Order: sequence, then C-alpha cells, then structure tokens
Amino acid sequence: MSKIETIDLNVYYRNGSVHGLKNVQMKIEANMITALIGPSGCGKTTFLRALNRMNELKGAKTTGKVLVDGRNIYDPKEDVIQLRKKVGMVFQQPNPFPMSIYDNIAYGPRIHGQKRNMDSVVEESLKKAALWDEVADRLDENALGFSGGQQQRLCIARALAVNPEIILLDEPCSALDPISTARIEELLQELKQEYTIVIVTHNMQQAARVSDYTAFFYMGELLECGKTSRIFERPDDKRTEDYITGRYG
Amino acid sequence: MKVRKEYLDALEKLKKDTLKMGELSQIAAKNAIAALVNHDKTLASNLLEANSVIDKIEFEIENQCMRLLALQQPMAGDLRLIGTCLKIITDLDRISDLAGDIAEIVVQIADEPYAKPLIDIPRISEITQGMLTDCLAAFETQKIEQLQDFSERDDLVDGLFGQIRRELVAIMIENPRAITSASHLIFIALHQERIADHACNIASRIIYMVTGERKKLE
Repeated sequence: MSKIETIDLNVYYRNGSVHGLKNVQMKIEANMITALIGPSGCGKTTFLRALNRMNELKGAKTTGKVLVDGRNIYDPKEDVIQLRKKVGMVFQQPNPFPMSIYDNIAYGPRIHGQKRNMDSVVEESLKKAALWDEVADRLDENALGFSGGQQQRLCIARALAVNPEIILLDEPCSALDPISTARIEELLQELKQEYTIVIVTHNMQQAARVSDYTAFFYMGELLECGKTSRIFERPDDKRTEDYITGRYG
Repeated sequence: MKVRKEYLDALEKLKKDTLKMGELSQIAAKNAIAALVNHDKTLASNLLEANSVIDKIEFEIENQCMRLLALQQPMAGDLRLIGTCLKIITDLDRISDLAGDIAEIVVQIADEPYAKPLIDIPRISEITQGMLTDCLAAFETQKIEQLQDFSERDDLVDGLFGQIRRELVAIMIENPRAITSASHLIFIALHQERIADHACNIASRIIYMVTGERKKLE
C-alpha cells in the first residue's frame, strides 16, 4: 500500500470559480522523496496543501479522497490536528516563531501535551535537522537572529519534533543561498530513511538531484508521474519535456 | 513566445556542427577507398590534411557540449542530444583517423600493382558508406527505422573482412613476394571493418538520443 494515495482529487477556489486541481490520481510511496514540479499556477502547491488539509484554511472546497495509510483524511470524522501532526509542513519562507530556538522546537510537543523529556526532544530534532552542532550552545537565543538557512532547518526540526510520518515542503530552498540549499538537500536524503517526503520545487536541478519520484502538474492536472531518472531523461509527455527543458514556464 | 533563445540556438549549432563533422568523416572514409581504387596518391595526401580540420571541429563540439552542460542545465531530449554528440564525435574522429590510416597505406602502395583485384574492399566501403549516410540522416531527422538492421549489415562487413583475409593469406602463402602488398590490403580491410563498428556505435547513440532506450548494436 502506498503511504499516500489521492483518488479523484479536486480542489476549487473562490466559491468554486477556480478549479485548482482536476481529478488527480496519484500514489506517493513511503520513505521516498517525491518532487512536484510545474509552471506557476499549475496546482502543485495546492496539491501539497491538500495532503494535510491546509487548503480549507483558505476556504477551498475539496472533493475526492486523500488516503494516508489507507484512511481518507477528508472523512468528517478525521481529527485535523492529529493529521497535521502526522503530516508536517515546511514553507517557502523560513517562519520561526519569535522566541528561542529551544521554545520553537518545544512548542509543538507542548501543545500536544508533552511535558517530559523536552530537552531530549529538542536535541534529537535539532540533530535530525543537522542544526544541533551549530546551535547547541545558543538554544536560548532568539531564532530570528539566525541565518535563513539555519532558520529553515529550524523549521524542519520544529516539524520533526512532533514525530510526523510525512513531511511536506513547499519550495523550502527558494529563499536560501546555494550552500544552505545544498545542506537542506543533503538533509532530505537522511530524513527519507525515516519519513516520507513531498517537496514542491521550481528548481528542476533540485528535483532531479533530490527526489526518487517526480510529478509534473500542468493547469491543475497531473500530467505525468514516475521515477525521477526517467522523467528527466525521457519523459512520456511532450509538455513535460517542454517544461523541464525550459521551452516554456 | 520561445524562452531561452540563446540556449536553443546553441543546441541548433551543436547539431549542425556534429552533422558537419559526420559528413567530413564520411567523405574521408569514402575518399580513402577512392584513392586506393584509383591509385590516387594526391587524393590520399589531401586526406591526411583534412584530418586536422576534423580534429579541430571535434574539440569545438566538445567545448560546446561542456558549455551547455555547465551553463544551461539541459534535461530530457536536450541532455540526450548533448550526451550523444559527446559520444559520437569520438567515433567520428576514429573514422576519420582510420580513413587517414588507409590513406597513408595508399601513399605507400599506389605505385605498385595490388596483390589482388579490389572487389570486396569496395563492397565493404559501399556498405559502410550506406551505414554512415543512414546515421547522419537519422541524426538530422530523428527517424531511426533505417538503423534497425545495423547488426546484420555489420555481420555482412565482418564476413567480407574474413573472406578478404583468407584470400590474402592464401596469396601470401603462394607468393611470398606479395606479402607486403597483401598485408597492407588486410590492414585496409581491417580499418574498414572498424569503421563499420564505429557506425554501429553511432547508430546505438542516435537510437538512445531519439528514444531514450539504450540498445547495443554490434
């Protein structure tokens, strides 16, 4: 069974006037990195946000199913808080809370009721996000004082602190310099041993470098999805080829 | 509107230059045998000079490929085109080198009668020329149907080479004075057989360029 499966997934915006995602059928495998690519407005971020019901925060209407471990997350009985704990998200702009590194990491576990072993949760999360060595003696400092790359890894550590199974990343490197980008990419390779990762990226090279599977979205449709090595070497769809070779987009 | 115009122009130039190199290598192979058949030492000598032009084009193409890879991050069909050009220029260079080797032999032996009448060597030339023509056409048009029987054509060349070698060995046994000429002709046939092998390599790469499938032709 796939970790995530979408069945006839449709998302409508602005009271139904915009059909953002059209009948998307897709399977996402566990412990793999899946990259979502496509031109601006193609629906890739909408798809990503559909995987932990973030679109509904903007009033979007969703039809179809998103199965996570076989359970439809759009079932009215599903607990959205638990879902978002299980399916964490990291955004384009690093968005640490204006508080210490320690409190940033501890925030999630605390609101989920965890009180014990916070030190070890903070340490473990920072280690997994490859940030521990840089901040171990500065845990009390305000997170906003760190570099963009460090802030983004902090956001990843914060997402990891609540023990998710899936991590969604929406262009996590687009605001970062090349070195920080390389660090995050390396980190993703380590994280996939434990987590299922879905990443939206505009950077073709990044998608080719980091992902195991790539999905190409175009005008709200999933045009092609397959092993990254195949998509970037010999895509089936002419539109995929035109996009990844820079003929448009 | 097309984006990345400079990039697309560079790809077009790469294609054009590779095709040009292919044509020059093919002409070199053809002229080498023409020089042999016609005992034409002048044509053979000119060929040796033409080789340096082909070498120059090869470096130029290699530079273009390296620049495209470094600067443009090519993908999919573009990446396959560049990879193919990088590979086939080596085969094309070897073909022109082999043509040069044949020309060098012609310069040495053209004044004397050959150990045997030239029948099978021109036949091999005809087959290899056909293979090279089909390679260049497929590279240009992206239509690969005519490359599918290359293994059979290569077998035919191998068979002819074996036949030539056997005949010339028999001649050498019978007439030791023909050894020099006969051994030269064996080398010429061997060089031609190698040219056919390079044509097979090129065809394999063009099939990959067009389809993305790797298929060894030999």
